[in-house]
Amino acid sequence: MENKRLELSDSQLKWETIFKWFLIAMSILLLLIVLGVLITLIMESMPSIKSLGISYLWGKVWDPVQNIYGAYPFLIGTLLTSFIALIISVPFSYAIAIYLGEYNPKGWLSDTLKNAVELIAAVPSIIYGFWGIFVLVPLVRTLEMKIGVMPLGAGVFTASLVLAVMIIPYGASLGITLIRMVPSPLKEGAYALGATRYEVIRSVIMPYTRTGLFAGVLLSLGRALGETMAVTMLIGNTSAIASTFKELVFGPGNTMASVIANEFAEADHTMYLSALIELGLVLFLVTVVINLIGKRIITRFTNN
Amino acid sequence: MENTIVKAENYNSYFGDNHVVKDVNISINKNEVIAVMGPSGCGKTTFLRGINRMHELIPGATSKGKILLDGENVYDMNAIYVRAKIGMVFQRPNPFPNLSIYENVVAGYLLNGIKLSKADKDVIVEKSLTSSALWKEVKDSLHKKGTFLSGGQQQRLCIARAIAMQPELILFDEPTSALDPISTSSVEALFHELKANYTLIIVTHNMQQAARVSDRTAFFYMGELVEFDDTKQMFTAPTDQRTQNYITGRFS
Repeated sequence: MENKRLELSDSQLKWETIFKWFLIAMSILLLLIVLGVLITLIMESMPSIKSLGISYLWGKVWDPVQNIYGAYPFLIGTLLTSFIALIISVPFSYAIAIYLGEYNPKGWLSDTLKNAVELIAAVPSIIYGFWGIFVLVPLVRTLEMKIGVMPLGAGVFTASLVLAVMIIPYGASLGITLIRMVPSPLKEGAYALGATRYEVIRSVIMPYTRTGLFAGVLLSLGRALGETMAVTMLIGNTSAIASTFKELVFGPGNTMASVIANEFAEADHTMYLSALIELGLVLFLVTVVINLIGKRIITRFTNN
Repeated sequence: MENTIVKAENYNSYFGDNHVVKDVNISINKNEVIAVMGPSGCGKTTFLRGINRMHELIPGATSKGKILLDGENVYDMNAIYVRAKIGMVFQRPNPFPNLSIYENVVAGYLLNGIKLSKADKDVIVEKSLTSSALWKEVKDSLHKKGTFLSGGQQQRLCIARAIAMQPELILFDEPTSALDPISTSSVEALFHELKANYTLIIVTHNMQQAARVSDRTAFFYMGELVEFDDTKQMFTAPTDQRTQNYITGRFS
């Protein structure tokens, strides 16, 4: 039989070339967009960078009316909400990862749970904000009355709680995948020595996946740092720094993202706007670095 | 009878509905080297994994019948205890990558949470590594990771890890199929030495290996134990036509 594909016609060759360049162009365009975002952020924050310099980062007062801009309260707010959220979410994501990765990797229950975990990530954050207002705020208010803090309900702790729920899937999904990747000869080697399941998890699976699970934590941290809507709805929005630790945790605050969301529309002069954009720049750089480190650990882990 | 260490009575294994090992009856004596051979998919590995109850770790895997270890049915015992009591060496060397050579040898104790004094551990490590013919090669690098060793050395480390638990019986699941010829002969040479103190059951798809290392050979085909006899007898004058066909290479 004659092989019709032996020679490609000119039009076929041309299409091959066009298609290839189309793909390359789309990919490069995306890269340019990200670079463009970065450049815009840098350009727009120039006025603020020039006039405030590096001290912007530890300035404790944010008072747009008097043209004083210090990012410190928001840095603290962002770090605090993210780390509290992380501390709350890690036991959940590890437990889910171990359960669905090792104890119950197959079957309808496992599939349903895994889908549910992934669904948590798909729920729009404004829904979490609503839920937080209606459910968490009253609960936290009760708690605050018990421990003797002003019972506002909304505040850093409430925002952290909802953030914790939102970031569980990032650590959990990656953890499930990594735990399922642990070579079964290793696990069998331990079982054959008389190890129980818990002992296999503790002595074989955890050491093997430790770095990967840590990368999952980093990825969820990256997500927590930048989360805006739900946090803005629940954090209470104040730019003052609380004086005691209790008030810092339970009282109202602001994160970098929430202050941008709240004040961007009312920023009426260049300096104000520029100071807000510089916050965005800082947030952008921090999340990029955290994500890069996390991704790097994962690549190294999956290559071995 | 008192010389018997393992005895299977009407032993059957299943993967779901798939009947993999069919009504096996076999009696294995102490300090014997038993080769279990047969074509792939004949149930030889599944049978082996039934002895120390590793089979049931696979979801959907079940078994029926008895396996007596020193006269006691392993299916009436705690599976964890059975596995700790019977040594097992796998197809691919599987030292724990996060542990040193030293820690790998005592891994059975570490995993089971048994605390040993440093002196006891030192004795166990040296004795086990000597028995697995690895001591001379690694005695100066005991605290390096076990994964830095060659494949054959890793496999002998896994044998040392099994020996360290002081089993009477050690199961080998195609222990040399992932090794090069030189490593293979080092592991095979070891079988002869281990015989003095242990009973070995070695699953192999390599007939020459079965002939070289074993006292008696069991031939499995389609889940059945077709023939079990002295290795010499089996390879010179098998009684069953299927064994004859297999050893003459009519199928493999």
